[in-house]
Amino acid sequence: MNAITFPKPPPSPEAESLRLEVREFLRVELAGRDARSKAESWSGHDAEFSRKLGAKGWIGMTWPKQYGGHERSALERYVVMEETLAAGAPVSLHWVADRQSGVQILKIGTETQKQKILPKIAAGECCFCIGMSEPDSGSDLASTRTKATRVQGGWLVNGTKLWTSSAHLADYMILFCRTGSVDSTDRHAGTTQFLVDMKTTTGMQIRPVHALSGAHHFNEVVFTDAFLPEDALLGTEGAGWKQVTGELAFERSGPERFLSTFGLVVELMRVLGRDPSERAAIALGRLQAHFITLRRMSRSISGMLQQGLEPANHAAMVKDLGTTLEQEIPEIARTLIASEPTAETTEDFLAVLAHSMLHAPSFSLRGGTREILRGMIARGLGLR
Amino acid sequence: MPEETDMLRETATRVFADHFAPRDLGAVEAGHWPQAGWAAVEDAGLTRALVPEEAGGYGVDPAEALSILRAAGGAAVPLPLAETMMASWLLAQAGLAIPDGTLSVAPVLPGDSLFATRDGDGWRISGTASRIPWGRSVGAIAVLAEGPDGMVVAMVPSGGWTVTISTNLAREPRDRLTFDAVVPRAAVGVTGVDAGQLRRLGAAARCQQMSGAMDHILALTLQYALDRKQFGKPIGKFQAVQQNLAIMASQTAAASAAADLAAEAVGHGMGLTPIAAAKVRCGEAAGTVASLGHAIHGAIGFTYEHSLHYFTKRLWSWRDEFGGETEWALVLGRAAAERGPERFWADMTTL
Repeated sequence: MNAITFPKPPPSPEAESLRLEVREFLRVELAGRDARSKAESWSGHDAEFSRKLGAKGWIGMTWPKQYGGHERSALERYVVMEETLAAGAPVSLHWVADRQSGVQILKIGTETQKQKILPKIAAGECCFCIGMSEPDSGSDLASTRTKATRVQGGWLVNGTKLWTSSAHLADYMILFCRTGSVDSTDRHAGTTQFLVDMKTTTGMQIRPVHALSGAHHFNEVVFTDAFLPEDALLGTEGAGWKQVTGELAFERSGPERFLSTFGLVVELMRVLGRDPSERAAIALGRLQAHFITLRRMSRSISGMLQQGLEPANHAAMVKDLGTTLEQEIPEIARTLIASEPTAETTEDFLAVLAHSMLHAPSFSLRGGTREILRGMIARGLGLR
Repeated sequence: MPEETDMLRETATRVFADHFAPRDLGAVEAGHWPQAGWAAVEDAGLTRALVPEEAGGYGVDPAEALSILRAAGGAAVPLPLAETMMASWLLAQAGLAIPDGTLSVAPVLPGDSLFATRDGDGWRISGTASRIPWGRSVGAIAVLAEGPDGMVVAMVPSGGWTVTISTNLAREPRDRLTFDAVVPRAAVGVTGVDAGQLRRLGAAARCQQMSGAMDHILALTLQYALDRKQFGKPIGKFQAVQQNLAIMASQTAAASAAADLAAEAVGHGMGLTPIAAAKVRCGEAAGTVASLGHAIHGAIGFTYEHSLHYFTKRLWSWRDEFGGETEWALVLGRAAAERGPERFWADMTTL
């Protein structure tokens, strides 16, 4: 029997004292931030905020000091993540770099890459985007067609990446692409990861793709004979698949997978008041039960990461359960407060409800669709 | 200590496996009392696991003790084990001696009250309480009663009540008892425990049992999906079935995490929030896991002959015992609203 269980998160007194410090910092820094902006959650972008967070030592927290890190525990890092999310802090500039790109560089990068990039990430001054999806390669990542061809002194890249969040703001992309020819016996073979300098690389065009809300978060990135120098290679040529799946494990287990619409719950509680109807109180209590359980599971994963484990199936479960909750929240809120959501309102609850509703569909797409995650869980159960 | 937990649970699992095969479960439902099984459980010391060391227990962490019930739920153990553990705990809280044999607790519903009044040298215990687990068959009941100067616990031996038979969906006794007993002074003790705490302990116990039952239903269903062939291959090879099994596994894992939170709370002041949250979460998971377990088993799982129903019927019963999702969600929601949105997040991080 292959049941997947979540061990008790280890206690961390250091993390709890850090929590109070983080909370106080956020109270001051976010004092003027309105509810609608807070609702952007980890899509909110503010270079000044990321720099300040970096200066506090709260980015790249678990990394070695020699690369700008702070050698703190995964549980301490977890506290910073969940507190910034719960408070609605604008973390998008550093989020991806801190969560996965920096971790990947630390794990497989060259000494030069580590020294050049990691301190900048830890300072909150380096934004990463993820070069995985393509027009014809979404859930089936191995079907990637973007190709890097060896030339004198480096590679020439041709192809198109799509749904690339923050590409227009990013300093770097970790590009996943093909370097060898397609192998019909091993479709994962012949892929490689590269570090693409988004500010200096030529032959690269970034075009905005507007989301259904009208917001510009993601982009299309077209490579036309874009030259990458030798030292852009990340890890090992041909080992791209193994590397990218390791990277994805970090992408899925965190508190951002169940707190994306937490701000709406806060605004809902404000509207409901201290003495809500029985029906509203039951709905609110149920949401709290789900938050408490998911937080327990997510912290359990943080404890496993601290031990050096790679709990990919656990992460898939947290993301599936968590995004289901995130998407349910606007549906529940609208049944409790009769209203017609509008984007133009100045009323906090309505503004946050409108924002949440317009962004909710993406929660179970980004970072791996619900169906793909459930397929992974099924594999973990021994069904594939 | 994880090792101790494993040992206790391993012992329990072995005892249960030896005595409670599906055919034994059917015999119990038909009215047979599994005396050998009970004796084995008692000999292994499982019934005393929640008793504190100073009251003659083994000094096991309550969370570890409760993990026995997860194993019991996973074997649909047809015995008042959870109830005997709870009653032993309650008697210990009042400094009373704990008898051997099967025990239960009363009252279990929020509206029911039992009373203790002086009667000569002893005490008279009176009143009516419904849905008492195993009321008809236990040797004694630890009664939490309203005395003249506050709450007392009384150890009332069988014969001290009359029974109106009632059962839950899994045919476990849940009887209406009318108490009229005079017990000696030594059988009554003052306690700081109130009905709310007893109900929370019951909820935490049912969470463990539900978690164990879900573990077992998932295992049964996985195996069935690998064995059963249609369209020339095991049904577990179809994506539609795989997706449902993944949902079952996630719900089972969530219930397990929630049940652990509740079990830990038992040893830390019987905290309301974690236990209420766990009962809500386990209850919700129970509905989904039972429903998908049946869906994947098809018609065979709907028969009395197949063992699946021993577990799904218990889930449908246990999720409502000691408070269902609605009751506990209301408690949580009212408290959260009262505390206000500014404290909502901070309160959750104290768990």
